Amino acid sequence: MVAAPLVIGVAFAYLLLLFAVASFGDRRAAAGRSVIGNPWVYALSMAVYCSAWTYFGSVGRAASGGVWFLPIYLGPMLAMILAWMLLRKMIRIARAYRITSIADFIASRYGKSQALAGLVTLITMVGLLPYIALQLKGIAVAYALMTQPAGAAAGTAAPWWADSTLYLALALAGFTIVFGARHLDSAERHEGMVAAIAFESVVKLLAFLAVGAFVVWGLFDGLGDLFARAQAVPELARLLGLSQGKAFAYEQWFALTILSGLSVLFLPRQFQVMVVENVDERHLKRAAWAFPLYLLLINLFVLPIALAGLLHFGTGANAEGFVLTLPLAAGQQGLALLAFVGGLSAATGMVIVEAIAVSTMVCNDLVMPLLLRTRRFQAAAGSDLTGFLLAIRRAAIVAILLLGYLYYRLAGEAYALVGIGLISFAAVAQFAPAMLGGMYWKGGTRAGALAGLTAGFAVWLYTLLLPSFAKSGWLSRDFLAHGAFGWELLRPEALLGLKGLDYLTHSLFWSLLANAGLYVAVSLWRAPTARETSQALLFVDVFRRTAATGPVFWRGRARVADLLPLLGRFLGTGRAQALFDDYARRRGAPHRDALPPDAQLVQFVETQLAGAIGSASARVMVASVVEEESLALDDVMRILDEASQIRAYSQRLEQVTAELKQANEQLKSLDRLKDDFMSSVTHELRTPLTSIRALAELMRDDPEMPAEQRQEFIGIVVAETERLSRLVNQVLDMAKIESGHAEWHTEDIDPKALLQQAAQTVRELFRERGAVLELELPAQVPTIRADADRLMQVLLNLLSNAAKFVPAGQGRVRLQLTHDADGLTVAVHDNGPGVPPAQRGLIFEKFRQGGDALNRPQGTGLGLPISRQIVEHFGGRMGLHDDTEQGACFFFTLPWRPKDDGDKR
Amino acid sequence: MLEGLRSQRLLALFCAGLALFNFPLLALWDRDLTVLGLPLFPTALFALWALLIAGLALILEGQDD
Repeated sequence: MVAAPLVIGVAFAYLLLLFAVASFGDRRAAAGRSVIGNPWVYALSMAVYCSAWTYFGSVGRAASGGVWFLPIYLGPMLAMILAWMLLRKMIRIARAYRITSIADFIASRYGKSQALAGLVTLITMVGLLPYIALQLKGIAVAYALMTQPAGAAAGTAAPWWADSTLYLALALAGFTIVFGARHLDSAERHEGMVAAIAFESVVKLLAFLAVGAFVVWGLFDGLGDLFARAQAVPELARLLGLSQGKAFAYEQWFALTILSGLSVLFLPRQFQVMVVENVDERHLKRAAWAFPLYLLLINLFVLPIALAGLLHFGTGANAEGFVLTLPLAAGQQGLALLAFVGGLSAATGMVIVEAIAVSTMVCNDLVMPLLLRTRRFQAAAGSDLTGFLLAIRRAAIVAILLLGYLYYRLAGEAYALVGIGLISFAAVAQFAPAMLGGMYWKGGTRAGALAGLTAGFAVWLYTLLLPSFAKSGWLSRDFLAHGAFGWELLRPEALLGLKGLDYLTHSLFWSLLANAGLYVAVSLWRAPTARETSQALLFVDVFRRTAATGPVFWRGRARVADLLPLLGRFLGTGRAQALFDDYARRRGAPHRDALPPDAQLVQFVETQLAGAIGSASARVMVASVVEEESLALDDVMRILDEASQIRAYSQRLEQVTAELKQANEQLKSLDRLKDDFMSSVTHELRTPLTSIRALAELMRDDPEMPAEQRQEFIGIVVAETERLSRLVNQVLDMAKIESGHAEWHTEDIDPKALLQQAAQTVRELFRERGAVLELELPAQVPTIRADADRLMQVLLNLLSNAAKFVPAGQGRVRLQLTHDADGLTVAVHDNGPGVPPAQRGLIFEKFRQGGDALNRPQGTGLGLPISRQIVEHFGGRMGLHDDTEQGACFFFTLPWRPKDDGDKR
Repeated sequence: MLEGLRSQRLLALFCAGLALFNFPLLALWDRDLTVLGLPLFPTALFALWALLIAGLALILEGQDD
């Protein structure tokens, strides 16, 4: 045993640590650096599923039934496979419509019904309060095991004022209030609380693994040794099999799997951490497999610990305490304390989240609707209610924990408390038809959901909860044996004479049958109303629409002056104004008072309000300040139709706009090109004109000018005029080729003869520059179809360019002709300065001449572009070899058959 | 619910898991054998479980469809 003050001290130190973690999480959230915005933390927070019932109870179940503790975790495994579809849809819906609890989810889906919200809250309270009591009991028993000498009767309860469990419950209430109900948030998110829960999940996993490792490798010689010794004992060997000598109750196995699979989706605490507290739905991708992995790890040592306990203490021992008693018996007090803290973390995590979830439901779905009906409350209209709302939440949290404690004190060792784990699960499973049907079937109605839930709850009450009371001795056992009023057919564990099922499977079968059956039957009884249809459309098709673009099923008249104060009453005036301003910005309105009071604004206010007080109450409040017209089913369909048409139009509009934009860009760039071309041409024209004019003016103003100078000037004028006409001709030429109006005289030509002719033509030019022209021609070249004059133009352009750039007096230019199967290639290689890499792409553009502006030779800047156009006209291409070591090497290719040759004939 | 390859894979994995963890496939493992000193039945359950988790991780962490 461990000294009681030490255990209490460790427990409260752990709670303080939890406060620290939670406030760290809240501070980080306030600073905008969320600690919970990551899939691992999200997965760890999901592990709040593992409560004290798991932590201590699994070993107990394993000690009596072997692998029968496993279905409780295989169900969640299977459910998590579908999480990407199911859970993501729940998250998307909850996010879009500000849904903060499972009661609100169901109520909102079936037309924002207060009755449904209340019913779901009631089922939750009845089903889960005992479960909270069980957690407190778990801690109390663990405390007793730790502090009492081995073998003493556990659970000799102290008077309430001396019971540390009461103070623990109060401390948990304090924690929950501080981190779960400190301020009113319309998204109902609690980062600090989630951080603490994730931390608790780490603690309980590590503690359990530590105990498991100690038992297997400390007390025994590894798993093999442990299992071998267990198999030597026939009573223990049967725990390792499936059937334990009896026929395998596969229906019970299946029922447990289904039950736990539904619970992991619909337990209020799971809904809170998985849906409400979800930061980003993409986190599901990792969390959906990390959470089952967590479950696998925490279950790894359950069977070994159970077997070791049975081997060590004998089969009559209290198996639920093995996690603590095994380390204690081995004298490992530190490890036992760690195990105790692990159990504490499992219990407190569950209690905290459940209390937050249930208090939200109680406040929004039980207290608010009642308050909204009272006169006095309506008379107080206009006052700020945020403080009042928070007070209700806090009172609800304290009440839930005190009721849980009270139930624990009253029930004590009774079966009604010990067996509550699965009974609670079965209560929560009643939400499944309304939830799943609501998300995937548009035909479900409020009446159907009400009927199904009521019937399922009633059957659950009759076949599961009341029998557990009877087994606890609170009801006459006759009720179990002979049914209510002595009717045999009403025996609660063999309803209508159904035998062969264990009590849990039996209850689950009947309750879910009644639930789903009535839900479907009553839903089909009459067509859904307009409000039910509109909500069904929003829920079922949530992936197809977003809240921003979806249809708004509302018609009527509203005023901003009414809506703003309404929101202010429940969220605080400042916050409401900020929300309105933000919304006005998104809608493009200059100021919140300038917002059009249309359906979208009403929807916005209602959604924000729903986050604070639940969708059903929000509906009532909004309806009280606006004048609405009631919608018929036809109206709903028409609004939906209009919305989808508008969406189609807007998509079409976007498409057309994009096309126009592209065309406009293209036109603009063409326009810019034309402007560039025009300014280049005029610039090129102005240079010779200026010199002609200057010389002509000189000759006019100076009649005394010597004859030879006059002659020289006139020579320059003539040369400049020639240059002008050449430029004009080339511009015209260029324009003709580009517009496709040029005339082409295609004929068979001998390329070799053409090259020789070109060389002959430029011979004089080369001789003037002192350059050598070498020809490299093959012996035999086939003829090619092209325009001889145009090709000559290209050759002369390349050769004269080369002559211009080679160094004076020692230039060498090589004219080369090669051919292959595709066509021929002509290359002009000079030993000039070459073309700098930066200019290689530019020289084929109009008016871009090589060399720098100061010392570049005379030219129009149109030669290469025109040459390229000509070559391309015949299907070839022109370029510049960029791998030459010295000088420049221009080349062009011509195919034997121009690609459009056939068309021309 | 069935749009996209990923959703269909998940649904198939779910069906596989449901079949593997229930009668009669589950009964196949119920033998008096040991694997590396571990009793076959519990070992097989955990191995199947781990396999399902691996499959789930593979489907979810893979490329978006």
